[in-house]
Amino acid sequence: MVDKSTSPIVVENPWERLNAFTDARIGLGRAGISLPTSKLLAFQLAHAQAQDAVHTALDVDALASELTAALDLSEAPVRLHSHAQDRAMYLQRPDYGRRLNDETHAQLQQAAAAQQRYDLAVVVVDGLSALAVQQNSAPFLSTLYQMFNSDAADWQLAPLTIVEQGRVAIGDEIGALLNAEAVLVMIGERPGLSSPDSLGLYMTWAPEPGLKDDRRNCISNVRPAGLQIEEAARRFFLLLKEARQLKLSGVKLKDRSEDDVLEGNTAPGSIRNFLIAD
Amino acid sequence: MAQTYHFTVGSRSYRFASLAELMAKATPPRSGDRLAGVMAESAEERVVAQMVLAELPLTTFLNEALIPYEEDEITRLIMDDHDADAFAPISHLTVGDLRNWLLSDHATSDVLTHVRAGITPEMAAAVSKLMRNQDLILVAKKCRVTTAFRNTIGLPGRLSTRLQPNHPTDDVTGIAASILDGLLYGSGDAVIGINPATDNVAQSVKLMRLMDEVIQKYQIPTQSCVLTHVTNTLEAIEQGAPVDLVFQSIGGTEATNRSFGFDLSTLAEAEVAAQSLNRGTVGRNVMYFETGQGSSLSADAHHGLDQQTCEARAYAVARKFNPLLVNTVVGFIGPEYLFDGKEITRAGLEDHFCGKLLGVPMGCDVCYTNHAEADQNDMDNLLTLLGVAGCNFIMGIPGSDDIMLNYQTTSFHDALYARRVLGLKAAPEFERWLEEMQIFQDVSTHRLNDQLPAAFANSLRHLPKEPRHG
Repeated sequence: MVDKSTSPIVVENPWERLNAFTDARIGLGRAGISLPTSKLLAFQLAHAQAQDAVHTALDVDALASELTAALDLSEAPVRLHSHAQDRAMYLQRPDYGRRLNDETHAQLQQAAAAQQRYDLAVVVVDGLSALAVQQNSAPFLSTLYQMFNSDAADWQLAPLTIVEQGRVAIGDEIGALLNAEAVLVMIGERPGLSSPDSLGLYMTWAPEPGLKDDRRNCISNVRPAGLQIEEAARRFFLLLKEARQLKLSGVKLKDRSEDDVLEGNTAPGSIRNFLIAD
Repeated sequence: MAQTYHFTVGSRSYRFASLAELMAKATPPRSGDRLAGVMAESAEERVVAQMVLAELPLTTFLNEALIPYEEDEITRLIMDDHDADAFAPISHLTVGDLRNWLLSDHATSDVLTHVRAGITPEMAAAVSKLMRNQDLILVAKKCRVTTAFRNTIGLPGRLSTRLQPNHPTDDVTGIAASILDGLLYGSGDAVIGINPATDNVAQSVKLMRLMDEVIQKYQIPTQSCVLTHVTNTLEAIEQGAPVDLVFQSIGGTEATNRSFGFDLSTLAEAEVAAQSLNRGTVGRNVMYFETGQGSSLSADAHHGLDQQTCEARAYAVARKFNPLLVNTVVGFIGPEYLFDGKEITRAGLEDHFCGKLLGVPMGCDVCYTNHAEADQNDMDNLLTLLGVAGCNFIMGIPGSDDIMLNYQTTSFHDALYARRVLGLKAAPEFERWLEEMQIFQDVSTHRLNDQLPAAFANSLRHLPKEPRHG
């Protein structure tokens, strides 16, 4: 029997225009119940690009110069390297990425010998996306440094450090070596198909080597099309102040930055869930 | 009593210093065990370990704890809750015998249900190490684990999906758009579950309300969950938030769970709190757990065990609290634990088998990250295999791309593929809803409606005029 149906081979979704409101791959349409060819190939291209991004190296020279200028640093950031020699080793040995190699450990130990205490050590780490770090570090830190400068309290910041082939926990070792009361690790998150440039922020109070995840607070997805720089800095600063007051971090320190977090950049009440509007 | 194990092949003799070492070396190869330094040193040593393990009486696992009873509350849970009566029919077997018995016609679905309280996670892990992929599939399919809250999940011939409308800034319109997309592709009967971008109580409560309103307005026979820390959900319950399910990531050692910031008493408190809300209509399973091989090693809390044995122990934690859903997030953890598509596939089948054998309502997040050696074809294979094995649920996300968690999992389309090629259906209550709402032209042949169903067409008229992006 001949199918006299007039329906097209590829059925478009009548709600496709919702695409304007999210980067999620909605309204893709379908061939039967399967992905149309154009959408399949778009996905394959994004996956190929994300795989390539994992293997791109951080340009430390460029980042160090940019941060020195943007933050008006008197000394260039300290360059550190994890125990993982290269990306292949980094991917297979997360334990290597969590500690400094002997050379830079000694170097940092020497640099910190002055017995000075700091309120915060900021550690910039390549992680799984050098792109995220390259692109977002200077804008984020410029904003954060302004908040420190205009705050009533006096904030002593440790020398800024940049780490290659590092993982989150390496910040605890660095924070401890620098005699910092708290450490902020800014690290490239694993790249997504739509977000190869996402920065994660991790804070530990009283950092020391060997701490577990329950001692850290995380703010993730900091990037131009994700959590905005200003908002991320505001949230981090609140978290840091609360950590300082309570002298702890991690699951015991809840993120209380509650004000309109759901819709940070629109007027309160202006957005409603269209699915439940009458 | 701890003992050592010896075996001789030709002129070579092998020695395994402990039960933990024997288990680890009998494990099919994977990068996490290599990272932990517990993997077999040669292919021959692995098979020899499997041969020695096959000869081991199951009672060994009741007499020798892999992590000392005094040190670990999960060991205590496993030992104290072991049901000797349920164990009786298999108590005389070795690990190798157990494989034969599980595959035999003696082990019917009813018999498997009866013995599960007598099987410890270590027994399940041990036998799985001797089993080929087809064995894992065949036995898992015989295991029945059905749970219920506002619908019934895990019935034979059913495959449910978690609708996962994550958004990188928890944007209301963005989340609502993904929910709509998912519902109109027939997704969401296991749960509508959001991973919040930021782990805070107020945010979680807002997301709970958002989902609750959608479920109420469209009378969807499903449940919602915000995948935040258990202590956040407890706080949300105190504040009067509409909590259906309590979520927590769990591991198979006490130290793993402490690194996640909870212990067994926290979960017990959470189960009671959520049940006290009486929000289920057809059942009272209120917990949702996620697991995954490698989490204990990642938390440096594996006690020298292989990652698959740690994972199986997490199912002892899960089954204690009567969960609606448990899923292994098999490829999320990264290539240092499961290197490529082959290792991810094997782990997914092992986890599903062990969970089901132990009576856990097992689903799987069939997934991979962009730094793993895996792609969509690997996911197609694992999805198909799990569909055959009777997996309770998988994830459903727009176009496989989680724009918040930055990984790839199964899409709404993928679930329909699996349902169509394997003749599987959604949970019965949800299936009826899909038909009533005219989301499908014919739900029995998985034929979607080409037109926008009336109830949703009306909602689209309320879209904000200006996209808010930036």
